[in-house]
Parts: sequence; structure tokens; C-alpha cells
Amino acid sequence: MLLVQFLLLAAVLFCIGVYGVLARRNGVMVLMSIELILNAVNINLVAFGAFNGTVTGEVFALFVIAIAAAEVGVGLAIVLLIFRNKRSVDLSDVDLMKG
Amino acid sequence: MVAQNVFFGIMAAVMIGSALKMVTTRNVVHAALWLVLVLAGTAGQFLLLGAEFVGVTQVLVYIGAVIVLFLFGIMLTKASIGDEENVDLPNRALPALVGLLLLGVMSYATIDFWRDAEFPDDARPSTAEEVSDSIFSDFIVPFEATSVLLLAALIGAIVVARKE
Repeated sequence: MLLVQFLLLAAVLFCIGVYGVLARRNGVMVLMSIELILNAVNINLVAFGAFNGTVTGEVFALFVIAIAAAEVGVGLAIVLLIFRNKRSVDLSDVDLMKG
Repeated sequence: MVAQNVFFGIMAAVMIGSALKMVTTRNVVHAALWLVLVLAGTAGQFLLLGAEFVGVTQVLVYIGAVIVLFLFGIMLTKASIGDEENVDLPNRALPALVGLLLLGVMSYATIDFWRDAEFPDDARPSTAEEVSDSIFSDFIVPFEATSVLLLAALIGAIVVARKE
């Protein structure tokens, strides 16, 4: 197995995630795309860890998983608060700080 | 080696297809379910790389907890079960251009630098014992910091989302 095939898969998933973050207006869907980006990074970390023959990459991936779980909890709480105040999760409506 | 490459190709195709469906579908619940396929494929790739513990953790945390959290979020924000209007920006060409340019740069740099890098022949799956040894010796400070961060995120989420 070549290392580059895992890196390319991660790059493709990362870019699809970036497209999702930029193109979506629904707050929950934007959070899902962020999860996709974090997953792509995890593939890279584990692939490089296996390439170097250490478990350090895996340990780092575990930390990323824990932080992604924390991130999605807080992110969904914020989306819920936006929904309660605006009656919608459309991020185009959240323009309170627009000059 | 051939079997591994075939397995990789099948899973990679499923993951990329599901990811594309996830960012283009107009149904929020379907997007969450496509995300499940991508995450399961990632767990498979971890197993292929010999990272058994991370693969199992991926299934437990992502598919078990994060997706359920997403489905709760979808229900609580009263998204309709069917297709919805206004899930995408009116002009999607610009995000697509950004994504494609980024992909071009990243794949060029990756292929240019790592073209011939192969996994070592004596590679073997890493055990949970090795991973836990590493966490509780070299990475004990980040581990403790993560536990504090999780507690802070938990309390923060409750404070933010609770009704007055």
C-alpha cells in the first residue's frame, strides 16, 4: 500500500467538507461538514503514524475525536440558541453584527 | 497487498460518493445518514492502517454519539422530514471553485512529495496496550487537559442551550 492513496483520500474529503461549509446555509449542515473536515485530518494522522511505525499519530487522532465531540456539543447548543431567537437555522439570517 | 488495495478502493469510492451526496442533498436527515457512511468508511480505513483502537473509538464516538447528537439537533430545530428549500447558497459556483482549487493545490503537493512512499513491510497492527501506554506516559498532560476541556464543553453547552 502506498501512503499517498490515504493522503489523497483525505485531501478529497477535506475539500468536500470545505465546499459544504461554504455552500450550506443550514447551521446543522455546516456542522456536519466540519465533522467531515476533522475526519479527513484524522485519516492523515493515522496514516502518517502507521507510516512511521509509531502510535503517536493514533493518540493524536484520539485527541481530535474527543475535541470534535466537544465541538459538536457546543456547536449544536449555539445552533439551538439561534433557532430559539430567530425561529430558523438559516445562517444568512444571522447578520446582527453586519455593519 | 492486492486485497488491501481492493478493499481501500471500494471504501474510498463509497466514502467520496457519500460525502458528495452529504454536501448536495436537500434533506437534512439524509445528510446525517450519508455522514454515517463516510464515518463508517473512515473506521474501515483505520482498521486497514492497523489502528484497531482508533477504529473502534471512531464507531463508538462518531456513529454512536455524534450522529445521535446531530439527529437530536435536527429534531429540535424542527427541520422538515422531506426536502427543504434554502439549504444552499444561491451561488454555489464560488464554493465549488474554492474546493476544487484547494484540492488541486493539496493533491499536487501531496503527490509531488510522497509519490513513492510505501508503508514499511514489517508493519503490524498497533494494540490498545501500546496506545494506552503512550497516552498515560508521554501524553498525560494533553490527556488531562482534554478531560478539563470536555467538562468545560459539557457545562458550556448546558448553559448556552438551557431555557431561561
